[in-house]
Formats: sequence, structure tokens, C-alpha cells
Amino acid sequence: MPELALLLLLPLAGAVTFAFLGASARAPEANAAFSGFTALAAVVLAIRVLAEGPQLAMRDLFHVDAFSVLLVALTALVGFTTSLFSRPYMRNEVAAGRVGPTALRLYHAMYQLFVATMLLALTTNNIGILWVAMETATLTTVLLVSLYRTPASVRAAWKYFILCGVGIAQALFGTILLYLAAERVLGGGGTALLWTQLEGVKDQLEPSVVTIAFVFLLVGYGTKAGLVPLHNWLPDAHAEGPTPITAVLSGLLLNVALYAIARSKVLADGALGTPLAGNLMMGFGLLTVVVAAFMTLRQTDVKRLFGYSSVEHMGLITFAFGIGGAAATFAGLLHMTVHSLTKSAIFFAVGHATQKAGTQVIDEIRGLVHTSPAVGWGLMLGGIAILGMPPFGVFAAEFLLLTTAMSAQPWAALVLLVALAVSFAGILWRVQAMVFGAPNLKPLLHRPAILPVFVHLGLTLLLGFYLPPFLATWYREAARLIG
Amino acid sequence: MSFANQLVDLIAALLLLTSFAMLAQRRLTALVDLLALQGVLLTAATLVAAWVTGHAHLYLSALLSLVLKVVVLPTLLRRLVRRLDLQWDREALVNTPTTMLVGIVLVIVAFNLALPISALSGTILRGALGIALASVLLAFLMMITRRKAVSQVIGFLAMENGLFFAATSVTYGMPMIVELGIALDVLVAAFVFGIFFFRIRETFDSLDTRHLETRPAGEGEDV
Repeated sequence: MPELALLLLLPLAGAVTFAFLGASARAPEANAAFSGFTALAAVVLAIRVLAEGPQLAMRDLFHVDAFSVLLVALTALVGFTTSLFSRPYMRNEVAAGRVGPTALRLYHAMYQLFVATMLLALTTNNIGILWVAMETATLTTVLLVSLYRTPASVRAAWKYFILCGVGIAQALFGTILLYLAAERVLGGGGTALLWTQLEGVKDQLEPSVVTIAFVFLLVGYGTKAGLVPLHNWLPDAHAEGPTPITAVLSGLLLNVALYAIARSKVLADGALGTPLAGNLMMGFGLLTVVVAAFMTLRQTDVKRLFGYSSVEHMGLITFAFGIGGAAATFAGLLHMTVHSLTKSAIFFAVGHATQKAGTQVIDEIRGLVHTSPAVGWGLMLGGIAILGMPPFGVFAAEFLLLTTAMSAQPWAALVLLVALAVSFAGILWRVQAMVFGAPNLKPLLHRPAILPVFVHLGLTLLLGFYLPPFLATWYREAARLIG
Repeated sequence: MSFANQLVDLIAALLLLTSFAMLAQRRLTALVDLLALQGVLLTAATLVAAWVTGHAHLYLSALLSLVLKVVVLPTLLRRLVRRLDLQWDREALVNTPTTMLVGIVLVIVAFNLALPISALSGTILRGALGIALASVLLAFLMMITRRKAVSQVIGFLAMENGLFFAATSVTYGMPMIVELGIALDVLVAAFVFGIFFFRIRETFDSLDTRHLETRPAGEGEDV
């Protein structure tokens, strides 16, 4: 499959190129070009998987099915649009003297490497390599979080590094235990960690070992997905890094962590024959939604505010996967898609807004709609969309989740509704104040990238009232794989 | 009990000892030495396993830990400690006896958790899983109790050592490709840590992570 090779090698080649030329005048355009071609490869791969079914490549080292290719396509697409946004954003940062040539080189190289590691995590067939790719994804972003070298950013990056490092070590222990259970059935050597092999024998795995393994995997990858009480690193890392990195952290990396959890759940369900894995995920998910919703009420920094909103949505998706079954999993997958699109659109708008205001403090950003209507309306519409207002896609996903929860876990549905209402109050009036209100902003040297914002919002709007048949089949197929 | 079994048990016991020694050690240079000693013990354990089973990949794995954990990482850390002029630093530890007691409780927890798992494993090192898990937890405890960034990193690397020992003890190590990937990650992590030390120092004029915990007013609060 040449498109799979391209998908993984293009961003890698980009990373190597930018390690040398990342500060050159045309680097932002080259960054977008690499990301654009990666997205193209992802589309071709998705078409092939949808038409021909799951694909194996390179002696079973890589495996792509409907579930992983959904996230591959999403990752490559948002990676591309974010690179378009990053173009004027980073130029403005350079113009403002916040970023020097070395930092710019690091930024462009790590951006591509980060995308490469996420795509590797999604396409590998080996759950050990999945772990390695997740760890590398942390390492590539940690220096970007502290790119500005301010005390707050160094602090945030250290926290991110240590907490995610410890968290992901738990996931490694879970992987080791899974290997122990698998080795007894499949024999030693390299094949016992291959997903395609594991899935075939999942009902023969030793339940007692798999139970402990799943708990470690959930805690480990849950740290990366920002599940409460392991979410502590997330708002800081979101607030302090350059905004394009915030957009991809929030829109993409969290999804990849959830992907690992969803895969682990399939094995746990198969081995245990009990709903233990689902119940654990529902518990974590619910706690996450509630805590994050109340935390949005106390935020004064706009990027932290939306960081907590991401935590909340990860909780919702974890809860949906925890319920399991066709409808809830469908809702979870749809939610992943629309959350990525909406949240990255919001961060694009927020990025330009904070550049205009010269601060991230919500109270000091006022009247966006007067100085730059497009950014203002983008933020307003994005805010409405992420809060689950119809007709946007988040509404469709949340509605589907709540109706399923209503029949499966009625009490939990009630708790979710309350939490959603709380975060509604927490976010809406803050966004409204930033968008309307008396203007206090200065113009930017490089025109903001408006197109990605509205492309994303347009797509979520479309998904809100019309799900194309091919996409519905795609979601159903993916839901069947992990439901 | 065969000679190899006794040898492995001895190595495992020594590993547990080094983990406790790290909890109590106040000098950074001595901490690095202990970390290198753990590397030596891991290499030895892997070699014994390789000798007993005759698996070629275990010899390779032993070589990997020898190079990475005995030579490269400790050298890197020693150089960093010198460059940052921390050789003579003594860290003030809060309440070492309590930390030790908590450590003992962790060891008991680890053995209880490991018992049902190691019963399923067929390796000669299976009894050592409890110790491996205990050293992971002890390293974790060390990361919590320390204030200096460098000691936290040493705790992180010790935790990775424990995990590596766990993998060797229950399954004779992970598949080679995964082991190589993990080794690469650890190496990259060590470099990133190194860059970080300088950034922290440059920003805060100290490597004390207490600066990393307090947040200026008005930035919001965490749970």
C-alpha cells in the first residue's frame, strides 16, 4: 500500500527537512504542503479501507480497519488545517519577537514528528509499538509547550512531562501483562502483541491477568486522554504552548489516547465476559464530565477554559464507549469527530484573538466582533457549537449519547445533563463577553487564517443535520469493531 | 532450587535494596551510581535468563541494557550534574523514616498484586515480579518525595528499570522491536530532560521544583 507508506513517511521527511530548514522564509508554506499531502494519502487510504475492508501491510506490522482509518483521516485533516492556521500565527509570533529562528525550527520539525507519531500509533498492528508511539508523541510536544520559555510555560511543560511519563509507564505495565496473557495462548515471539492475533483469541486470555492489565492500561492512557483525576497536566499544557499545538493536542492527541483505551476494552470484554471494563470507563467518564464542567466556571484564561472543555468532552466520549453497544459507540465516534473539528476551530479563533489582545486573560479580550468580525463570529459560533447547541454536530452526538444513556443508565443521563448545563453557563457568557463588548484590540501584521475556522465549523454544521450515507456506514462499521 | 534460580533471586533482592537505597540517598552523584548499579543488576538478570533458556534475543536485550542503562544514561546524568554544578548538592529529605515505612507497605502491596500473575508465568524469574513491581512503586514514591528536578528524573528512570525487570521476569522480555522502541524513547526522554534542566535553571535560577508547583495569582486553580 503506497498510500500507507506515504502517510507515515511524508511527515517524517518533513520533520527531517525542518530540522535544518525550519526557520527559512517559506517554512510555514512547506509545513502546510507536507501536511496537505499527508492528508491526501490519508483520504486515499480511507477510500481503500472502506472499499476493500481491513488492510494488513509489511508482514502484519501495520493494520488499518474502519475504526483506525476514521481517526487517521481526522488526524491528517486537522493536521493540515492546523498547519494552514499556523502559517500566519507563527509569522505574527515572530513579528512580535516571541519566537526566534531556533525555536521556529524546533516548532516546525516537532509539528511534523508529532503528526507522524500519532499516525504511527493509529496504524500499527503491534500494541507495544502503540505504546512507543504514544510516548514519543509526549516527547515531541513537551518542548513545544515550553517554547516561549516563560516561567509558566516551563512549569506547564515539566508537569506535562512528569505526569504523562508516570501515566504512560502504567500503560507499559498493562501492555506487559497483556503480553503475558497472550503469550500463553499464542506462544512467544513477536506475534503475541499483534492486534489482529490478540483479537482472534481474546476469549481465551486469562481473565485475572487481563483485569489487572486493563486497569493499568486505562489509568495509563487515561492520563494522556485527560481523564479526571489524572487530568492535571492538560489545562496547563493547553494554556502555555503555541496555539496551533494546543489545537492539535486537544483535537488529535486526546483522540489517539482514547483509541488505545477503546482497543484495550475490546480485549478486556472478550476475556472477561463481564461489563467490568465498560463500568470502569463509565465511572471515569462521568467523574471527568462533572469535575471538568464545574472547573470551567472558575477559569480566567481563555485557553485553560477550553482545555477544561476538552477534558469534559473526553469524559463524554469515554462514557459513551463505556456504555458500549452499537448506538452509544456510534455516538462516541461521531462525538470524537465533531469535537476535534469544533475544538480546533475554536483554538484557531482563540489564537488570533489572544494575539490581538496580547493576553490570554478573558477579561482583557473584548469586542472581537468589532475589530475583526470573522474571528469574532468564528469564536462565537464555535462556542455555541461546542456547547452542544443545535444544529451543530456536537448536538447530534450528545443527543444520541443522552438518549442511549437514558435507557441504559438513566441516573447517569441526569448527571450528564446537569454537568452540560453547568459548562454551558461557564463558557457561554465568557465567550459572549469576548466577542461583543467594547473593543480593545490591536490589528495584526499578518492577516489571520479564517478559512480553516469556517471549514471546520461548516463541517460540524453539516454533520449536525445531515450524515452522508457513506459516513454513517463507516461509523457503524467502526462501532461494530469496538462496540 | 537450581543455581540459576538462586542467582536470579539474589539479583532481585539486590534490586529491591538499591530501590530502598535510592529513597534515602541525599547526594545526587550517589543516586546516579545507584541507577547505574540497577542497570548492572538488570543486565545480569537478563544474562542469567538468556543462559538458562538459550534465547538469542535475550543476549541482545542484555547488551541493550548494558549499553543504555549502565553506560549511556549514567554518563549523561553525571555530565549534566557536573555541568549544572550539582555534585556537592545535598537534598533535604523530609522524614526519611516515614518514607521508608510507606515503602515497606508498597512492597507488601506489590507482592500481593504480583502473586496471582506470577503463578501463571512459566519463566525462572517469575518469583521476581513482586520485586519488579515493588521497585516501580518505590521509584514512584521517590518521584513524589523529591524536590529536585534531577532526582525526579532519576526516579523516572528507576521506574523504567523496574518495568523492564517486570517484562523480563514474567515473559523473558517484550518482542525485540518493542524493546528497541522503548529503549529509543528512554534515550530521547533523557535528552529532553537534559534540555529541560537548563530551561528550568535559566527561568527560575534553581532546579528546585517547588518553583514549578506554585502558580502566580490570577491564573486559576486546579482540583
